[in-house]
Amino acid sequence: MSALIDIRDISVGFVGRDGRTREVLRNIDLAVAPGECVGLVGESGSGKSTLALAAMGYLKRGLRLLNGSAAFNGIDMFAQSRQELERIRGGQLALIPQNSGQSLTPTLRVGAQLGEALRLHSALPANRHAAKVVELLGHVRLPDPESIVQRFPHELSGGQQQRVAIAMALAGEPEALLLDEPTTGLDVTTQAHILELLRDIAAERGMAMVYVSHDLGAIARVCTRVVVMYAGEIVLEGSTRHVLRSPTHPYAQGLLASIPKLDDTTLPIALDGRPPAPGDAGAGCAFADRCALVQDRCRSTRPQLVPSEFGGTARCFFAKEAGRQQGRTIGAAPVRFSSGDTMLDLDGLSISYARPRLLEQLLGRGTDVPPTVDDISISIGKGETLGLVGESGSGKSTILKTIAGLLPPAGGTVTAGNQSLPHAVEQREPGQLRQIQLIFQNPDDSLNPRHTVADILEQPLKLYFGLTGDELRSRSAEILERVRLGAHYLDRLPSQLSGGEKQRVAIARAFAAGPEIVLCDEVTSALDVSVQAAVLDLLNELKETQGTTYIFVSHDLAVVRALSDRVAVLYQGRLCEIGQTDQVFEGKSHPYTKVLLGAVLEPDPDAAPTLAADDIVERAPPARGCPFQRRCPRRLGEICDTDTPPWQSPEAGHFIRCHILLEDLNADRPH
Amino acid sequence: MLMRRLFLGAITVWIVSVIIFAGVEVLPGDACTAFLEREAQGKLLENCREAQGLNRSAAERYFDWASGAVRGDFGVSANGQKSISELVGNRLRNSLLLAFCALAIGVPLAIFLGVVTGLRRDKPVDLVFSTTAVFAMTIPEFVSATVLILVFSVWLGWLPGIVLTSAGAPVPEFFPEILLPVIVLGMVMTAHILRMVRSSVIEVMAGDYVQMAVLKGVPYWRIVFRHALPNALLPAINVVALTIAWLLGGVVVIEVVFNYPGLGRMMIDAISDRDLPVVQAIALIVATVYVGVNLTADIMTMVLNPRLRTHALRGS
Repeated sequence: MSALIDIRDISVGFVGRDGRTREVLRNIDLAVAPGECVGLVGESGSGKSTLALAAMGYLKRGLRLLNGSAAFNGIDMFAQSRQELERIRGGQLALIPQNSGQSLTPTLRVGAQLGEALRLHSALPANRHAAKVVELLGHVRLPDPESIVQRFPHELSGGQQQRVAIAMALAGEPEALLLDEPTTGLDVTTQAHILELLRDIAAERGMAMVYVSHDLGAIARVCTRVVVMYAGEIVLEGSTRHVLRSPTHPYAQGLLASIPKLDDTTLPIALDGRPPAPGDAGAGCAFADRCALVQDRCRSTRPQLVPSEFGGTARCFFAKEAGRQQGRTIGAAPVRFSSGDTMLDLDGLSISYARPRLLEQLLGRGTDVPPTVDDISISIGKGETLGLVGESGSGKSTILKTIAGLLPPAGGTVTAGNQSLPHAVEQREPGQLRQIQLIFQNPDDSLNPRHTVADILEQPLKLYFGLTGDELRSRSAEILERVRLGAHYLDRLPSQLSGGEKQRVAIARAFAAGPEIVLCDEVTSALDVSVQAAVLDLLNELKETQGTTYIFVSHDLAVVRALSDRVAVLYQGRLCEIGQTDQVFEGKSHPYTKVLLGAVLEPDPDAAPTLAADDIVERAPPARGCPFQRRCPRRLGEICDTDTPPWQSPEAGHFIRCHILLEDLNADRPH
Repeated sequence: MLMRRLFLGAITVWIVSVIIFAGVEVLPGDACTAFLEREAQGKLLENCREAQGLNRSAAERYFDWASGAVRGDFGVSANGQKSISELVGNRLRNSLLLAFCALAIGVPLAIFLGVVTGLRRDKPVDLVFSTTAVFAMTIPEFVSATVLILVFSVWLGWLPGIVLTSAGAPVPEFFPEILLPVIVLGMVMTAHILRMVRSSVIEVMAGDYVQMAVLKGVPYWRIVFRHALPNALLPAINVVALTIAWLLGGVVVIEVVFNYPGLGRMMIDAISDRDLPVVQAIALIVATVYVGVNLTADIMTMVLNPRLRTHALRGS
């Protein structure tokens, strides 16, 4: 027996309201050898996190072990006493959680939390703990570890918190690490840095890792073997290369096709339908309802995991057929048209969150903090889609709020059509309000949970078009149809919808107003990839039929590439580069754009990110010079700190704001 | 940040003092007409006004009153011609004594029970104490007070049912008379704080960082004391502060039922006697206590909650 983690025939479930036991994990076998790195992939609800936590003998509140065992080093974790579990957890077997910001105790200093891990799991004498804490923090590449020790978790950035969590997991010198979506929610640059760190640590210490993620790009970078989960069972297992290049399960193929890729200018292909709820999978294959290769047999008999001749093990009767039809189908081309008339014009927009302090207010002085967003001048044509990209804190969402009138700017103007818009939403006329609609990132927060879908859609129809009675209802049904939801959804509450359906309702609400401009704020980042593809498809289709102008904010460059005509790159609330999508992605680029592009993780076993700049989070833009001066890998010298860089234009419509001469921009870093 | 809060607190007290003064000012009549009643005419009224200094302008009198109040001198009462500071001083001490006893018993008990019921959610212990707490909160104080008097002093004869000690008596003389009012107040207060602590403990124990601590192998009691409680008890500070303010100024009913010589009863007596200088003095003291206690609670929360602390430091 050589497996370090050995999970056998495990089933986990909960008792539903109807008294029936519903299985979240169904008869899963998973073995991880010492030093091996296995990826667990699947959409939300597939049971991947539950499986990883079960390896520690831990089940979330309400879940029960129905069958099977989870052994670590030959010890059955579900049969151990509390003391024994306390010894192993955080010691030989450690967890790195998804959201470190919430997983670190807010009232304890970083040093105290790491010290606790050492006290519990390290053989070191107590007087050497303080030094070891600093050493661990340095090991996870945190700058100035001595000062981090004294900080509280909330005083660190998301990336730094994640590093602290990694250091904490390493404190017990584990033989195996469980990683539960460790980079989800982090910026691309930070994510790339954390993944490289994890790779290096695993290689150097020979640790086994179980890496749980919905992101095949991250998995591709870290894992040698991938397990694809669907509705609580394993559907495909194989080497990373096999799963990413020639998967033999239709679900894995669909999942891959739904991921937008940086070098691909077509839209990703959506995977229709949704997985069965726990306990509803029926007798046959759980994927049968969404599968293109489905036959009668699939609905009556549950397929077993069988090794296929193409490599890997697939739970599919038609793995051979699936394996043969390799080669990607091409996604829909994004609609690209622009009439040349200006639809939205931002002129010299600057926005400041800093409020003058009490003393300054009393003395009638303004604040001298540089504005959060400054000097934004962009004009967007009718029917054009502008992608806004940048790391968190770059001011992307702030700009959308100001266009929508939710956050008055400190200076500059917003012109829609040919009317200059009042700054505050209360001063705008109904017609101006109708013209601009905003779709938020998380539909759970933006839809009122007590309103039915009909209530939600009728609001704009009543407000802007004065519709009543039957007309109101039939118009709402028509709009729902347009976002590919049937009229039977009208009387449902948001809690009765899936994440993707909720976001469709949010989109339908925006389009119910018949807007000319739709502002999309990270509209797909809370969704699963397959659902994301469907939403992108929908937005593209609406653009074609309605001729809508979009501003599309996202931190995901591949998504932006798939949908945008033009792209603007923001850093610290200042424009660095703007141009046609192809020009920005393929032509000469600003050093910051390069950093962003280099950090993107592709679901490709051979791709490696380039980490050109540190992933430091800056709290405020510099008062003078180039906003990127402190992190720029190609800093020229003092001129970057003192002078605002000039706009340079390598091609018509493409502008880069940098001191570096155009011909040198794409040259490698000078040595 | 701290300076700003202190400054705003002082402004609040100042505004309250202006409102109190103005409120008494617009009432028909003044301290002398109230005190002299039917004899309030001619020479007698003149003399009284002369003695009380009521012939001067309102602004002058406000300034005198306010500057006196700052020094702790509220002038003399209208009827007894006694120093208000002395009268109110005794009553304030009695109210503080009552509040202190109730808090000393109630707060530790409430926190202990809140933590226990929170950790043993939906278990028998939780059900028993949570239900009792709801009863203690909903039954009016005068009802529970009367029932307790009936049981412990009338039937069992264990404790005196009413306070007969005079307002100025030394502290030890209030025992054991003070015990019943302390129990009644303690019950209501414990119930409020218990429920707050319970829900806060439940929320924190279900949180991500507690799960993380479990999976880090931290022993259960260490999780409770080091990871969960420091976070769960932060919201309790503000509830305790409100309770203190309530105990010092708002327990009129209890003071009347038990004949306890505290601030609340003095206020009621002064109002029925139309002793306006005393009413003003008590109103101002109670307002100051409210502001002071809440300010202290805010500052404590800020000191104990690292998140607010950094915010405060950055703001200043």
